[in-house]
Amino acid sequence: MELLVKGLCKSYNGRPVLDRLTASFPEGITCIAAPSGTGKTTLLRLLLGLERPDGGTIRGADCRWAAVFQEDRLLEGLPAAGNLRFALGVLPGESGALLARLGLDLSDPKPIREWSGGMKRRLALARALLAPSDALALDEPFTGLDGENRARCLELIRERGKGKPVLLATHDLTGLEGAPVVRLGSR
Amino acid sequence: MAAKLRPWSVALWLLAWQGGSLALRAAVPHGALLLASPVQAALRLLELLPSPAFWQAVGNSSARIFGGFLLSCTLAVLLAALAAGRPWLEDLLAPPVAVVKAVPVASFIILALVWLDARSLSLFISGLMVFPPVYLNVLEGLRRTDGHLLELARVYRIPLRRQVWGIYLPQVLPYFRSAASLALGLCWKAGAAAEVIGLPAGTIGERLYTAKVYLQTPDLFAWTAVILLLAAAFERLFLAAADALAGKAGR
Repeated sequence: MELLVKGLCKSYNGRPVLDRLTASFPEGITCIAAPSGTGKTTLLRLLLGLERPDGGTIRGADCRWAAVFQEDRLLEGLPAAGNLRFALGVLPGESGALLARLGLDLSDPKPIREWSGGMKRRLALARALLAPSDALALDEPFTGLDGENRARCLELIRERGKGKPVLLATHDLTGLEGAPVVRLGSR
Repeated sequence: MAAKLRPWSVALWLLAWQGGSLALRAAVPHGALLLASPVQAALRLLELLPSPAFWQAVGNSSARIFGGFLLSCTLAVLLAALAAGRPWLEDLLAPPVAVVKAVPVASFIILALVWLDARSLSLFISGLMVFPPVYLNVLEGLRRTDGHLLELARVYRIPLRRQVWGIYLPQVLPYFRSAASLALGLCWKAGAAAEVIGLPAGTIGERLYTAKVYLQTPDLFAWTAVILLLAAAFERLFLAAADALAGKAGR
């Protein structure tokens, strides 16, 4: 499976954010690298179908997505298991093991509002990795993570992203050497 | 923020009422008829309590007034849910909602008496008073629903039922709660007024009217106390149910 965008344009208030972008996203990790504010999130939002492009075409994006957004987008009053149940309907059998690899405890009854920012970020990533999907959109998934947790997350993204396009928007390419990179224009 | 009812303050006002009633009794012939004392009202209430007619009146009025509240709440929540995503429906509903908010309840009671029988009057009037605050608050709550979570639901294809439980309910319930608290007070006031004017048999309103006709001021205060107690009890029960629901919902 491959995603293709051709001549993609998007402006906000007359300011072009994406200007005739053409790129392909094959199976495996593709990094979307750019300084902040130069269209990484916009590109992912267009691919996820959350916004419509002003021009250009998108092919292959009409599939089942899982995503990590810029914000964690978790239900703060629920514990980890409740958050996964809310998004996925049922808890996949591997949930506990996957969360443990991310240093999280699925049986923790505390609402996640009591968790640290890094723990919430890892839970948001776990949610995306556990969801049945054909493609992954990860918008700065390592925000707030230290080097060790970042490496753990990256390892899991590589494992779980096999056989599907994984679009990883980041400004820091550490550990991602060898992955194809789509560079977006500077401001 | 509304000031709390302190026991010492309530006691002081009850004492003032008792003193005023005694002074009026001493100063004016038949002064006791003009202002019954709190003790007389309490004793009259104790006399009324064992009577089946008392409970029949309480039951009839409660069923109609609280029934009007529940029906109106249901309609208001449904219409707010529909109007939240349909600006034309919100625009369409804006004039009648504004009219119900602005027009004195007595006008509606008299108009409704032309259309309805006396028994349905309090149900209709209490429902009418409940609709604007509940509809407007729920609509506001829906407007403030977290757009980020709705996008998450769209990407993860979360079914509507789960969205309602996890996203909408936690957002809307605080708005609904404050509207329901206000509306419960309003519907008891308006419902009792409708009964006093429409005089359906075996209701609190009919008893209030009888008390007025025969200058039975202890009865008037006793039945007024009953209305206050019922309004407070229904408010507590209803809000406790709403809080229990909020505790189970997503945030």
